[in-house]
Amino acid sequence: MNNVAHENEQIGWSREEMAQRCAQDIEDGSYVNLGIGIPEKVAQYVPEGREVIYHTENGLLGMGNAPTDEELDPDLINAGKKPVTAVPGASYFHHGDSFAMIRGNHIDVCVLGAMQVSEKGDLANWSTGAPDAIPAVGGAMDLVAGVKTIYIITQHTTKTGAAKILPECSFPLTGRGVVNRIYSDLCVIDVTVSGLKLIELAPSVSFDYVQERTDVVLTNASNMSV
Amino acid sequence: MIDKRVTSCAAAVADIKDGDTVMIGGFGEAGSPIELIHALIDHGAKNLTVVNNNTGSGRVGLAALIENGQVAKMICSYPRTANSLVFPELYRSGKIELELVPQGTLAERIRAGGAGVPAFYTKTSVGTPLAEGKEQRNFDGEDYVMERGLKADFALIKAKQADRYGNLTFNKTARNFAPIMAMAANKTLVQSNEMVELGDIEPENVVTPGIFVNSIVEVQSPQQESKLVKEGVVYP
Repeated sequence: MNNVAHENEQIGWSREEMAQRCAQDIEDGSYVNLGIGIPEKVAQYVPEGREVIYHTENGLLGMGNAPTDEELDPDLINAGKKPVTAVPGASYFHHGDSFAMIRGNHIDVCVLGAMQVSEKGDLANWSTGAPDAIPAVGGAMDLVAGVKTIYIITQHTTKTGAAKILPECSFPLTGRGVVNRIYSDLCVIDVTVSGLKLIELAPSVSFDYVQERTDVVLTNASNMSV
Repeated sequence: MIDKRVTSCAAAVADIKDGDTVMIGGFGEAGSPIELIHALIDHGAKNLTVVNNNTGSGRVGLAALIENGQVAKMICSYPRTANSLVFPELYRSGKIELELVPQGTLAERIRAGGAGVPAFYTKTSVGTPLAEGKEQRNFDGEDYVMERGLKADFALIKAKQADRYGNLTFNKTARNFAPIMAMAANKTLVQSNEMVELGDIEPENVVTPGIFVNSIVEVQSPQQESKLVKEGVVYP
């Protein structure tokens, strides 16, 4: 397990392909909040013909692409504090309303990264709990508590090959039983009441290969052979 | 006659006292009332509790207020950013207290404070370390954590337009925490890019009604925090 090096071996999905795979599952008409990092890339891959509205928790519904130099306005940024644009039909609002959209179940989908996910759908993605770390949570706990569907995009294992999908998270939780689906570089996994169900494998990845890198027993519900 | 205009940032912040709780608008640099913060540094009030989403950037604005030893405690959701130079060191050496609050809970605590609601229940943080020690209750089969409304002695915010009654508009995502902080503070001090005549802001377009505002100072060309940070500016 220590020698798993996806990028060198070219096994499984790239970061772009993970984002692209996730984007297939975002329905037309959805209100979507994308976390910082790979989740941000999902917006580039939403299939043509679908209209999706992006929410950023600092007060914009209808977030567009990065600005040109002429469009750049330091007062128009996303939750990662990067400059963005507003699409025609966008709206601005204050933080109270923005998180009422989240807490009040009005946002359909949120895509986030993960440090660890448990078989019950617990998520840890804000702190390793290290004593000298500066704790910083931002809006992650609000998003997982309030958004209807939580998708996670993550490498299947850590850089050193340790499993990130575990019976229990060892890091402090962001939320308990909140994750609906995991998109890793190796597969797509649903969190169900009867445990983790692998529903799709990346090309040339076998079920056994995934299972070896997962500390939880998976159900194979993919169409691929073992 | 009602006229909330004051002539300088120094005059606006003059009544802030040692030990006060001060809410400061802004999400990163967007909406940060940097001239008012610098006036508060010049003013020198100490032992402040400051409420802001972050802890500032570089060595200007909120970061400079912290570096100047005026802040005893920060209440925020995300105390580190790419250019956090000041807070992490002070925190690690135990020189500043931190109350970490999920961002939406922070927003709702401020809104509740301003609306006369002493506490509310939220699902946010249930099952996490940030729920420890807080009252929990089950409603309709779901667990919730009780959170307290948050008030302040002063709020420092930045507006795009203001009239002499204190009616305000904001620019894009620079609005963020400002309208709710204006409601939650005993005295709300505003720096506005522009002063306009009564009626120039259509009543339909007023974002913060003047009742929530106490003092307004016009700052026509506010400094841009990221530019100052890039230039390595240190305040004072």
